[in-house]
Amino acid sequence: MSDLRTIPHISCNAVTKRYGSQTILDNISLEIPKGGFVSLIGPSGCGKSTLLKCISGLLPLSSGEISVDGMTPRNARELTSFIFQDPTLLPWRTVERNLTLGLELDGVARDRRKEKARELLSLVGLTHVARAYPRQLSGGMKMRVSIARALASRPQVLLMDEPFAALDEMSRDRMNEELMRLRDEQKWTAVFVTHSVAEAVFLSTRIIVLSAHPGRVARDLPIPLPFPRTAATRSSNAYEALVSQVSRALREGMQS
Amino acid sequence: MTRTLQRLLVQLLNALLVFSALMGLWYFIIWWRHMPAFMLPSPLQVLQAAIARRSELFASFLITAEEAAGGLLASIIAGIAIALVFAQSRWMRSTLYPYTILLQTVPIIAVAPLILMWVGYGSSSVLLIAFIICLPPIIANTTQGLVSVEENLVQLFAMHNASGAQVLFKLRLPHAMPSLFTGIRISAGISLIGAITGELFAGSNRVGEGGLGYSILYAMAQVETDYLFALVAACTVLGFTFFFLAMFAEWFALHNWHESARASDSTEN
Repeated sequence: MSDLRTIPHISCNAVTKRYGSQTILDNISLEIPKGGFVSLIGPSGCGKSTLLKCISGLLPLSSGEISVDGMTPRNARELTSFIFQDPTLLPWRTVERNLTLGLELDGVARDRRKEKARELLSLVGLTHVARAYPRQLSGGMKMRVSIARALASRPQVLLMDEPFAALDEMSRDRMNEELMRLRDEQKWTAVFVTHSVAEAVFLSTRIIVLSAHPGRVARDLPIPLPFPRTAATRSSNAYEALVSQVSRALREGMQS
Repeated sequence: MTRTLQRLLVQLLNALLVFSALMGLWYFIIWWRHMPAFMLPSPLQVLQAAIARRSELFASFLITAEEAAGGLLASIIAGIAIALVFAQSRWMRSTLYPYTILLQTVPIIAVAPLILMWVGYGSSSVLLIAFIICLPPIIANTTQGLVSVEENLVQLFAMHNASGAQVLFKLRLPHAMPSLFTGIRISAGISLIGAITGELFAGSNRVGEGGLGYSILYAMAQVETDYLFALVAACTVLGFTFFFLAMFAEWFALHNWHESARASDSTEN
Protein backbone atom coordinates (compact mmCIF):
# COMPACT_ATOMS: atom_id res chain seq x y z
CA MET A 1 0.00 0.00 0.00
CA SER A 2 2.76 2.44 0.89
CA ASP A 3 4.33 1.65 -2.48
CA LEU A 4 1.20 2.59 -4.34
CA ARG A 5 0.86 5.79 -2.39
CA THR A 6 4.33 7.04 -3.22
CA ILE A 7 3.92 6.66 -6.98
CA PRO A 8 3.60 10.26 -8.23
CA HIS A 9 0.06 10.62 -9.48
CA ILE A 10 0.48 14.20 -10.56
CA SER A 11 3.88 15.45 -11.38
CA CYS A 12 4.87 18.98 -12.33
CA ASN A 13 8.34 19.37 -13.75
CA ALA A 14 9.80 22.88 -14.07
CA VAL A 15 6.39 24.33 -14.90
CA THR A 16 6.59 27.89 -16.17
CA LYS A 17 3.70 30.04 -17.35
CA ARG A 18 4.09 33.48 -18.86
CA TYR A 19 1.58 36.02 -20.13
CA GLY A 20 3.56 38.30 -22.40
CA SER A 21 6.54 39.55 -20.43
CA GLN A 22 4.93 38.68 -17.12
CA THR A 23 5.92 35.41 -15.44
CA ILE A 24 3.04 33.94 -13.47
CA LEU A 25 4.55 30.56 -12.57
CA ASP A 26 8.30 30.24 -12.39
CA ASN A 27 9.92 26.82 -12.58
CA ILE A 28 7.55 24.92 -10.31
CA SER A 29 8.33 21.28 -9.63
CA LEU A 30 5.97 19.24 -7.54
CA GLU A 31 5.06 15.61 -7.07
CA ILE A 32 1.74 14.57 -5.64
CA PRO A 33 1.37 10.90 -4.67
CA LYS A 34 -1.77 8.88 -5.31
CA GLY A 35 -4.41 9.63 -2.71
CA GLY A 36 -2.71 12.82 -1.56
CA PHE A 37 -4.68 15.93 -0.72
CA VAL A 38 -2.52 18.93 -1.53
CA SER A 39 -3.57 22.51 -0.91
CA LEU A 40 -2.04 25.41 -2.80
CA ILE A 41 -2.05 28.55 -0.71
CA GLY A 42 -0.47 31.93 -1.17
CA PRO A 43 -1.11 35.64 -1.68
CA SER A 44 -3.13 36.92 -4.63
CA GLY A 45 -1.07 36.82 -7.79
CA CYS A 46 0.96 33.77 -6.76
CA GLY A 47 -0.61 31.83 -9.61
CA LYS A 48 -2.24 29.08 -7.57
CA SER A 49 -5.37 29.06 -9.73
CA THR A 50 -3.22 29.24 -12.85
CA LEU A 51 -1.27 26.18 -11.70
CA LEU A 52 -4.52 24.31 -11.11
CA LYS A 53 -5.80 25.19 -14.58
CA CYS A 54 -2.48 24.00 -16.03
CA ILE A 55 -2.87 20.65 -14.24
CA SER A 56 -6.38 20.37 -15.69
CA GLY A 57 -5.07 21.07 -19.17
CA LEU A 58 -7.31 24.12 -19.52
CA LEU A 59 -4.25 26.34 -19.84
CA PRO A 60 -1.17 25.48 -21.93
CA LEU A 61 2.28 25.79 -20.32
CA SER A 62 4.97 28.15 -21.53
CA SER A 63 7.58 25.53 -20.66
CA GLY A 64 7.98 22.49 -18.45
CA GLU A 65 5.87 19.42 -18.20
CA ILE A 66 2.88 18.13 -16.26
CA SER A 67 1.81 14.53 -16.16
CA VAL A 68 -1.33 13.11 -14.58
CA ASP A 69 -1.18 9.37 -14.04
CA GLY A 70 1.54 9.27 -16.67
CA MET A 71 -0.55 11.11 -19.25
CA THR A 72 -0.69 14.68 -20.50
CA PRO A 73 -3.32 16.72 -18.63
CA ARG A 74 -5.54 16.82 -21.71
CA ASN A 75 -5.49 13.08 -22.13
CA ALA A 76 -6.08 12.60 -18.41
CA ARG A 77 -9.34 14.58 -18.47
CA GLU A 78 -11.41 11.43 -18.35
CA LEU A 79 -10.10 10.69 -14.88
CA THR A 80 -10.04 14.31 -13.76
CA SER A 81 -12.85 16.50 -12.42
CA PHE A 82 -12.65 20.22 -11.86
CA ILE A 83 -14.66 22.14 -9.29
CA PHE A 84 -14.85 25.86 -9.98
CA GLN A 85 -15.00 28.77 -7.59
CA ASP A 86 -18.66 29.37 -8.42
CA PRO A 87 -21.07 26.44 -8.69
CA THR A 88 -21.21 26.74 -12.53
CA LEU A 89 -24.64 25.11 -12.68
CA LEU A 90 -26.77 25.45 -15.79
CA PRO A 91 -29.79 27.48 -14.61
CA TRP A 92 -32.15 25.88 -17.16
CA ARG A 93 -31.54 22.38 -15.84
CA THR A 94 -32.93 20.86 -12.68
CA VAL A 95 -30.53 19.73 -9.96
CA GLU A 96 -30.87 16.18 -11.20
CA ARG A 97 -30.03 17.08 -14.79
CA ASN A 98 -27.16 19.30 -13.69
CA LEU A 99 -25.66 16.39 -11.82
CA THR A 100 -25.66 14.20 -14.88
CA LEU A 101 -24.44 16.85 -17.33
CA GLY A 102 -20.96 15.34 -17.47
CA LEU A 103 -22.29 11.84 -17.99
CA GLU A 104 -24.53 13.15 -20.75
CA LEU A 105 -21.57 14.81 -22.47
CA ASP A 106 -19.65 11.57 -22.13
CA GLY A 107 -22.50 9.73 -23.87
CA VAL A 108 -23.75 7.67 -20.92
CA ALA A 109 -27.24 6.23 -21.57
CA ARG A 110 -30.30 7.87 -20.01
CA ASP A 111 -31.27 5.01 -17.71
CA ARG A 112 -27.77 4.76 -16.32
CA ARG A 113 -27.75 8.54 -15.79
CA LYS A 114 -31.00 8.45 -13.84
CA GLU A 115 -29.67 5.72 -11.62
CA LYS A 116 -26.40 7.60 -11.11
CA ALA A 117 -28.30 10.80 -10.28
CA ARG A 118 -30.22 9.04 -7.49
CA GLU A 119 -26.99 7.69 -6.07
CA LEU A 120 -25.29 11.12 -6.15
CA LEU A 121 -28.29 12.93 -4.69
CA SER A 122 -28.29 10.70 -1.65
CA LEU A 123 -24.50 10.92 -1.40
CA VAL A 124 -24.67 14.70 -0.90
CA GLY A 125 -28.07 14.74 0.82
CA LEU A 126 -30.00 16.59 -1.89
CA THR A 127 -32.66 14.04 -2.81
CA HIS A 128 -35.43 16.42 -1.71
CA VAL A 129 -34.41 19.07 -4.26
CA ALA A 130 -33.78 16.77 -7.23
CA ARG A 131 -36.41 18.54 -9.37
CA ALA A 132 -35.61 22.07 -8.19
CA TYR A 133 -33.83 24.63 -10.35
CA PRO A 134 -30.52 26.13 -9.21
CA ARG A 135 -32.02 29.56 -8.47
CA GLN A 136 -34.17 27.94 -5.80
CA LEU A 137 -31.12 26.70 -3.88
CA SER A 138 -28.92 28.38 -1.28
CA GLY A 139 -25.23 28.97 -1.98
CA GLY A 140 -24.17 25.93 0.04
CA MET A 141 -26.64 23.64 -1.71
CA LYS A 142 -25.51 24.86 -5.13
CA MET A 143 -21.92 24.06 -4.20
CA ARG A 144 -22.94 20.60 -3.08
CA VAL A 145 -24.56 20.01 -6.47
CA SER A 146 -21.36 21.19 -8.10
CA ILE A 147 -19.28 18.76 -6.03
CA ALA A 148 -21.66 15.88 -6.67
CA ARG A 149 -21.50 16.61 -10.40
CA ALA A 150 -17.71 16.47 -10.26
CA LEU A 151 -17.87 13.09 -8.50
CA ALA A 152 -20.39 11.69 -10.98
CA SER A 153 -17.74 10.43 -13.36
CA ARG A 154 -15.86 8.64 -10.55
CA PRO A 155 -12.74 10.80 -10.91
CA GLN A 156 -9.34 9.70 -9.71
CA VAL A 157 -8.15 13.28 -9.62
CA LEU A 158 -10.17 16.15 -8.18
CA LEU A 159 -9.03 19.69 -8.86
CA MET A 160 -10.73 22.40 -6.80
CA ASP A 161 -10.37 26.14 -7.29
CA GLU A 162 -11.48 27.83 -4.04
CA PRO A 163 -14.81 26.03 -4.14
CA PHE A 164 -16.00 27.35 -0.77
CA ALA A 165 -14.72 30.93 -1.01
CA ALA A 166 -18.22 32.37 -1.38
CA LEU A 167 -19.71 30.52 1.60
CA ASP A 168 -20.07 31.76 5.15
CA GLU A 169 -17.75 30.19 7.71
CA MET A 170 -20.25 27.73 9.12
CA SER A 171 -21.31 26.37 5.75
CA ARG A 172 -17.68 26.23 4.77
CA ASP A 173 -16.77 24.11 7.82
CA ARG A 174 -19.67 21.81 7.08
CA MET A 175 -18.66 21.46 3.45
CA ASN A 176 -15.08 20.72 4.51
CA GLU A 177 -16.27 17.90 6.75
CA GLU A 178 -18.45 16.57 3.96
CA LEU A 179 -15.54 16.68 1.55
CA MET A 180 -13.46 14.60 4.00
CA ARG A 181 -16.28 12.08 4.31
CA LEU A 182 -16.52 11.77 0.51
CA ARG A 183 -12.76 11.39 0.29
CA ASP A 184 -12.86 8.45 2.69
CA GLU A 185 -15.38 6.78 0.44
CA GLN A 186 -13.91 7.59 -2.94
CA LYS A 187 -10.12 7.95 -2.49
CA TRP A 188 -9.24 10.50 -5.11
CA THR A 189 -6.07 12.52 -5.41
CA ALA A 190 -6.91 16.15 -4.75
CA VAL A 191 -5.37 19.52 -5.50
CA PHE A 192 -7.15 22.29 -3.66
CA VAL A 193 -6.65 26.03 -4.06
CA THR A 194 -7.65 28.20 -1.11
CA HIS A 195 -7.07 31.48 0.71
CA SER A 196 -7.93 29.99 4.07
CA VAL A 197 -5.16 28.52 6.21
CA ALA A 198 -7.64 26.80 8.55
CA GLU A 199 -9.39 25.13 5.64
CA ALA A 200 -6.10 24.03 4.08
CA VAL A 201 -4.86 22.47 7.33
CA PHE A 202 -8.13 20.70 7.96
CA LEU A 203 -8.27 19.11 4.51
CA SER A 204 -4.73 18.48 3.42
CA THR A 205 -2.07 15.86 3.69
CA ARG A 206 0.32 18.52 2.46
CA ILE A 207 0.28 22.29 1.94
CA ILE A 208 2.30 24.07 -0.72
CA VAL A 209 2.85 27.74 0.08
CA LEU A 210 3.46 29.78 -3.05
CA SER A 211 5.06 33.21 -3.18
CA ALA A 212 3.96 35.83 -5.67
CA HIS A 213 5.52 37.71 -8.61
CA PRO A 214 6.57 35.29 -9.93
CA GLY A 215 4.78 32.29 -8.45
CA ARG A 216 7.29 29.95 -6.84
CA VAL A 217 7.10 27.19 -4.27
CA ALA A 218 8.01 28.95 -1.01
CA ARG A 219 7.33 26.11 1.45
CA ASP A 220 6.19 22.52 1.27
CA LEU A 221 4.62 21.50 4.57
CA PRO A 222 3.33 18.02 5.49
CA ILE A 223 0.14 17.98 7.57
CA PRO A 224 0.40 14.86 9.69
CA LEU A 225 -3.07 15.06 11.25
CA PRO A 226 -4.75 11.66 11.61
CA PHE A 227 -7.73 10.56 9.49
CA PRO A 228 -10.70 10.49 9.60
CA ARG A 229 -10.93 14.23 10.03
CA THR A 230 -14.12 15.46 11.60
CA ALA A 231 -15.36 18.54 13.43
CA ALA A 232 -13.40 17.26 16.47
CA THR A 233 -10.14 17.61 14.53
CA ARG A 234 -10.45 21.40 14.73
CA SER A 235 -10.30 21.42 18.50
CA SER A 236 -7.09 19.37 18.73
CA ASN A 237 -3.82 21.02 19.79
CA ALA A 238 -2.00 19.56 16.83
CA TYR A 239 -4.47 21.28 14.46
CA GLU A 240 -3.99 24.65 16.12
CA ALA A 241 -0.23 24.33 16.10
CA LEU A 242 -0.28 23.52 12.39
CA VAL A 243 -2.56 26.45 11.61
CA SER A 244 -0.15 28.88 13.25
CA GLN A 245 2.82 27.18 11.59
CA VAL A 246 1.23 27.54 8.13
CA SER A 247 0.19 31.12 8.85
CA ARG A 248 3.79 31.95 9.73
CA ALA A 249 5.05 30.24 6.58
CA LEU A 250 2.53 32.21 4.53
CA ARG A 251 3.69 35.52 6.05
CA GLU A 252 7.33 34.64 5.37
CA GLY A 253 6.38 33.60 1.86
CA MET A 254 4.80 37.00 1.27
CA GLN A 255 7.86 38.86 2.51
CA SER A 256 10.44 36.98 0.46
CA MET B 1 -56.05 34.55 -1.59
CA THR B 2 -58.85 36.94 -0.63
CA ARG B 3 -56.25 39.70 -0.45
CA THR B 4 -55.19 38.99 -4.03
CA LEU B 5 -58.84 39.03 -5.09
CA GLN B 6 -59.34 42.30 -3.28
CA ARG B 7 -56.34 43.85 -4.96
CA LEU B 8 -57.57 42.61 -8.32
CA LEU B 9 -61.00 44.16 -7.79
CA VAL B 10 -59.48 47.49 -6.77
CA GLN B 11 -57.31 47.41 -9.88
CA LEU B 12 -60.31 46.65 -12.06
CA LEU B 13 -62.27 49.49 -10.47
CA ASN B 14 -59.37 51.88 -11.05
CA ALA B 15 -59.17 50.85 -14.69
CA LEU B 16 -62.91 51.41 -15.12
CA LEU B 17 -62.68 54.84 -13.50
CA VAL B 18 -59.86 55.96 -15.77
CA PHE B 19 -61.72 54.59 -18.81
CA SER B 20 -64.94 56.43 -17.93
CA ALA B 21 -62.99 59.62 -17.29
CA LEU B 22 -61.40 59.40 -20.74
CA MET B 23 -64.76 58.75 -22.40
CA GLY B 24 -66.20 61.71 -20.47
CA LEU B 25 -63.35 63.92 -21.66
CA TRP B 26 -64.00 62.77 -25.23
CA TYR B 27 -67.71 63.75 -25.07
CA PHE B 28 -66.80 66.98 -23.31
CA ILE B 29 -64.45 68.03 -26.13
CA ILE B 30 -67.14 67.31 -28.76
CA TRP B 31 -69.64 69.42 -26.82
CA TRP B 32 -67.22 72.20 -25.90
CA ARG B 33 -65.59 72.68 -29.34
CA HIS B 34 -68.79 71.86 -31.29
CA MET B 35 -66.96 69.09 -33.16
CA PRO B 36 -68.78 67.73 -36.19
CA ALA B 37 -68.81 63.93 -36.48
CA PHE B 38 -66.52 63.91 -39.55
CA MET B 39 -63.85 65.66 -37.40
CA LEU B 40 -64.35 63.82 -34.13
CA PRO B 41 -67.04 61.13 -33.91
CA SER B 42 -68.29 60.12 -30.48
CA PRO B 43 -67.22 56.80 -28.94
CA LEU B 44 -70.69 55.43 -29.62
CA GLN B 45 -70.48 56.38 -33.30
CA VAL B 46 -67.11 54.67 -33.55
CA LEU B 47 -68.54 51.54 -31.97
CA GLN B 48 -71.50 51.61 -34.34
CA ALA B 49 -69.22 51.95 -37.36
CA ALA B 50 -67.11 49.06 -36.10
CA ILE B 51 -70.15 46.84 -35.67
CA ALA B 52 -71.73 47.82 -38.97
CA ARG B 53 -68.56 47.07 -40.92
CA ARG B 54 -67.28 44.25 -38.71
CA SER B 55 -66.53 41.74 -41.47
CA GLU B 56 -64.52 44.28 -43.44
CA LEU B 57 -62.77 45.41 -40.25
CA PHE B 58 -61.97 41.85 -39.23
CA ALA B 59 -60.65 41.03 -42.70
CA SER B 60 -58.27 44.00 -42.53
CA PHE B 61 -57.26 43.00 -39.04
CA LEU B 62 -56.38 39.49 -40.19
CA ILE B 63 -54.43 40.69 -43.22
CA THR B 64 -52.26 42.98 -41.12
CA ALA B 65 -51.88 40.34 -38.41
CA GLU B 66 -50.71 37.80 -40.98
CA GLU B 67 -48.24 40.19 -42.59
CA ALA B 68 -46.78 41.27 -39.26
CA ALA B 69 -46.66 37.73 -37.85
CA GLY B 70 -45.11 36.42 -41.08
CA GLY B 71 -42.42 39.10 -40.98
CA LEU B 72 -41.80 38.46 -37.30
CA LEU B 73 -41.52 34.68 -37.65
CA ALA B 74 -39.23 35.01 -40.65
CA SER B 75 -37.06 37.47 -38.72
CA ILE B 76 -36.84 35.08 -35.76
CA ILE B 77 -35.66 32.23 -37.97
CA ALA B 78 -33.27 34.35 -40.03
CA GLY B 79 -32.12 36.28 -36.94
CA ILE B 80 -31.17 33.13 -35.05
CA ALA B 81 -29.35 31.78 -38.09
CA ILE B 82 -27.40 35.03 -38.53
CA ALA B 83 -26.65 35.20 -34.79
CA LEU B 84 -25.25 31.66 -34.94
CA VAL B 85 -22.91 32.78 -37.70
CA PHE B 86 -21.93 35.90 -35.74
CA ALA B 87 -21.26 33.81 -32.63
CA GLN B 88 -18.65 31.74 -34.45
CA SER B 89 -15.95 34.36 -34.37
CA ARG B 90 -15.10 37.84 -33.26
CA TRP B 91 -13.90 38.50 -36.78
CA MET B 92 -17.34 37.75 -38.23
CA ARG B 93 -18.97 40.02 -35.68
CA SER B 94 -16.68 42.97 -36.23
CA THR B 95 -16.93 42.63 -40.00
CA LEU B 96 -20.64 42.04 -40.39
CA TYR B 97 -22.23 43.64 -37.34
CA PRO B 98 -22.05 47.23 -38.71
CA TYR B 99 -24.48 46.17 -41.43
CA THR B 100 -27.01 45.12 -38.82
CA ILE B 101 -26.76 48.59 -37.31
CA LEU B 102 -27.12 50.06 -40.78
CA LEU B 103 -30.29 48.04 -41.24
CA GLN B 104 -31.58 49.40 -37.96
CA THR B 105 -30.67 53.04 -38.60
CA VAL B 106 -32.11 53.39 -42.11
CA PRO B 107 -35.66 54.68 -41.60
CA ILE B 108 -37.98 52.03 -42.98
CA ILE B 109 -40.26 54.70 -44.46
CA ALA B 110 -37.38 55.81 -46.66
CA VAL B 111 -36.72 52.30 -47.97
CA ALA B 112 -40.34 51.22 -48.37
CA PRO B 113 -40.80 52.78 -51.85
CA LEU B 114 -37.71 50.90 -53.11
CA ILE B 115 -38.99 47.60 -51.79
CA LEU B 116 -42.35 48.19 -53.45
CA MET B 117 -40.64 48.98 -56.69
CA TRP B 118 -38.62 45.76 -56.55
CA VAL B 119 -41.07 43.32 -55.01
CA GLY B 120 -44.31 44.85 -56.20
CA TYR B 121 -47.45 46.12 -54.54
CA GLY B 122 -49.15 43.72 -52.17
CA SER B 123 -48.78 41.59 -49.09
CA SER B 124 -45.35 40.14 -49.85
CA SER B 125 -43.73 43.59 -49.83
CA VAL B 126 -45.49 44.43 -46.59
CA LEU B 127 -44.26 41.20 -45.05
CA LEU B 128 -40.74 41.99 -46.26
CA ILE B 129 -40.86 45.46 -44.70
CA ALA B 130 -42.01 43.95 -41.37
CA PHE B 131 -39.22 41.38 -41.66
CA ILE B 132 -36.54 44.02 -42.21
CA ILE B 133 -37.65 46.11 -39.27
CA CYS B 134 -37.85 43.05 -36.96
CA LEU B 135 -34.51 41.55 -37.86
CA PRO B 136 -31.94 43.78 -36.06
CA PRO B 137 -33.28 43.34 -32.49
CA ILE B 138 -33.35 39.55 -32.94
CA ILE B 139 -29.81 39.43 -34.30
CA ALA B 140 -28.37 41.79 -31.70
CA ASN B 141 -29.99 40.15 -28.68
CA THR B 142 -29.42 36.55 -29.74
CA THR B 143 -25.77 37.18 -30.61
CA GLN B 144 -25.26 38.83 -27.25
CA GLY B 145 -26.80 35.81 -25.51
CA LEU B 146 -24.72 33.33 -27.48
CA VAL B 147 -21.38 34.98 -26.79
CA SER B 148 -21.87 36.07 -23.19
CA VAL B 149 -21.58 32.58 -21.70
CA GLU B 150 -19.38 32.51 -18.60
CA GLU B 151 -15.84 31.37 -19.22
CA ASN B 152 -16.07 28.81 -16.40
CA LEU B 153 -19.03 27.09 -18.04
CA VAL B 154 -17.12 26.85 -21.31
CA GLN B 155 -14.22 25.32 -19.38
CA LEU B 156 -16.56 22.91 -17.63
CA PHE B 157 -17.64 21.64 -21.04
CA ALA B 158 -14.00 21.53 -22.13
CA MET B 159 -13.16 19.31 -19.15
CA HIS B 160 -15.61 16.77 -20.57
CA ASN B 161 -14.09 17.08 -24.05
CA ALA B 162 -17.47 18.35 -25.28
CA SER B 163 -17.89 18.65 -29.05
CA GLY B 164 -18.69 21.94 -30.76
CA ALA B 165 -22.27 20.80 -31.29
CA GLN B 166 -22.63 19.92 -27.60
CA VAL B 167 -21.35 23.34 -26.54
CA LEU B 168 -23.76 25.00 -28.97
CA PHE B 169 -26.91 23.01 -28.18
CA LYS B 170 -26.42 22.27 -24.50
CA LEU B 171 -24.75 25.52 -23.47
CA ARG B 172 -24.83 28.50 -25.83
CA LEU B 173 -28.34 28.19 -27.26
CA PRO B 174 -30.15 27.61 -23.94
CA HIS B 175 -28.08 30.43 -22.44
CA ALA B 176 -29.21 32.72 -25.25
CA MET B 177 -32.92 32.01 -24.78
CA PRO B 178 -33.69 34.92 -22.41
CA SER B 179 -31.94 37.37 -24.75
CA LEU B 180 -33.69 35.88 -27.76
CA PHE B 181 -37.05 36.44 -26.09
CA THR B 182 -36.12 40.02 -25.25
CA GLY B 183 -35.46 40.47 -28.96
CA ILE B 184 -38.77 38.83 -29.87
CA ARG B 185 -40.66 41.10 -27.48
CA ILE B 186 -39.12 44.20 -29.06
CA SER B 187 -39.70 42.91 -32.59
CA ALA B 188 -43.29 41.86 -31.90
CA GLY B 189 -44.09 45.51 -31.17
CA ILE B 190 -42.33 46.95 -34.18
CA SER B 191 -43.51 44.25 -36.60
CA LEU B 192 -46.87 46.05 -36.63
CA ILE B 193 -45.25 49.39 -37.29
CA GLY B 194 -43.50 47.73 -40.22
CA ALA B 195 -46.65 46.10 -41.53
CA ILE B 196 -48.83 49.21 -41.22
CA THR B 197 -46.14 51.46 -42.71
CA GLY B 198 -45.81 48.99 -45.57
CA GLU B 199 -49.54 49.01 -46.15
CA LEU B 200 -49.66 52.80 -46.26
CA PHE B 201 -47.33 52.57 -49.25
CA ALA B 202 -48.22 49.25 -50.75
CA GLY B 203 -51.96 49.42 -50.39
CA SER B 204 -53.59 46.41 -51.88
CA ASN B 205 -53.95 44.57 -55.14
CA ARG B 206 -57.71 44.81 -55.03
CA VAL B 207 -59.98 47.43 -53.48
CA GLY B 208 -61.55 46.33 -50.20
CA GLU B 209 -58.90 43.70 -49.51
CA GLY B 210 -56.21 45.75 -47.84
CA GLY B 211 -54.89 45.59 -44.29
CA LEU B 212 -55.44 48.12 -41.54
CA GLY B 213 -52.88 50.60 -42.88
CA TYR B 214 -54.42 50.61 -46.31
CA SER B 215 -57.95 50.87 -44.91
CA ILE B 216 -56.89 53.83 -42.79
CA LEU B 217 -55.78 55.70 -45.92
CA TYR B 218 -58.98 54.72 -47.70
CA ALA B 219 -61.23 55.75 -44.79
CA MET B 220 -59.38 59.08 -44.59
CA ALA B 221 -59.93 59.76 -48.28
CA GLN B 222 -63.64 58.95 -47.93
CA VAL B 223 -63.91 61.05 -44.74
CA GLU B 224 -65.29 58.02 -42.88
CA THR B 225 -63.84 59.29 -39.65
CA ASP B 226 -65.87 56.99 -37.40
CA TYR B 227 -64.55 53.93 -39.25
CA LEU B 228 -61.06 55.43 -39.23
CA PHE B 229 -61.23 55.51 -35.45
CA ALA B 230 -62.40 51.90 -35.42
CA LEU B 231 -59.37 50.97 -37.55
CA VAL B 232 -56.99 52.75 -35.18
CA ALA B 233 -58.58 50.89 -32.28
CA ALA B 234 -58.09 47.64 -34.20
CA CYS B 235 -54.38 48.48 -34.62
CA THR B 236 -54.13 48.94 -30.86
CA VAL B 237 -55.90 45.65 -30.17
CA LEU B 238 -53.53 43.94 -32.57
CA GLY B 239 -50.55 45.53 -30.81
CA PHE B 240 -51.76 44.29 -27.44
CA THR B 241 -52.35 40.82 -28.85
CA PHE B 242 -48.82 40.62 -30.20
CA PHE B 243 -47.35 41.95 -26.98
CA PHE B 244 -49.20 39.43 -24.85
CA LEU B 245 -48.43 36.54 -27.17
CA ALA B 246 -44.74 37.42 -26.99
CA MET B 247 -44.91 37.74 -23.20
CA PHE B 248 -46.71 34.42 -22.93
CA ALA B 249 -44.21 32.64 -25.17
CA GLU B 250 -41.41 34.05 -23.04
CA TRP B 251 -43.09 33.01 -19.82
CA PHE B 252 -43.80 29.57 -21.20
CA ALA B 253 -40.22 28.97 -22.28
CA LEU B 254 -38.44 30.46 -19.29
CA HIS B 255 -40.68 30.45 -16.22
CA ASN B 256 -39.06 27.39 -14.70
CA TRP B 257 -35.59 28.73 -14.47
CA HIS B 258 -35.20 32.36 -15.40
CA GLU B 259 -35.50 35.19 -12.88
CA SER B 260 -37.09 37.64 -15.29
CA ALA B 261 -40.00 35.36 -16.12
CA ARG B 262 -41.26 34.76 -12.62
CA ALA B 263 -41.16 36.26 -9.16
CA SER B 264 -38.77 34.39 -6.89
CA ASP B 265 -40.13 31.43 -4.97
CA SER B 266 -36.83 30.47 -3.43
CA THR B 267 -36.66 27.63 -0.92
CA GLU B 268 -33.54 28.88 0.85
CA ASN B 269 -32.22 26.87 3.75
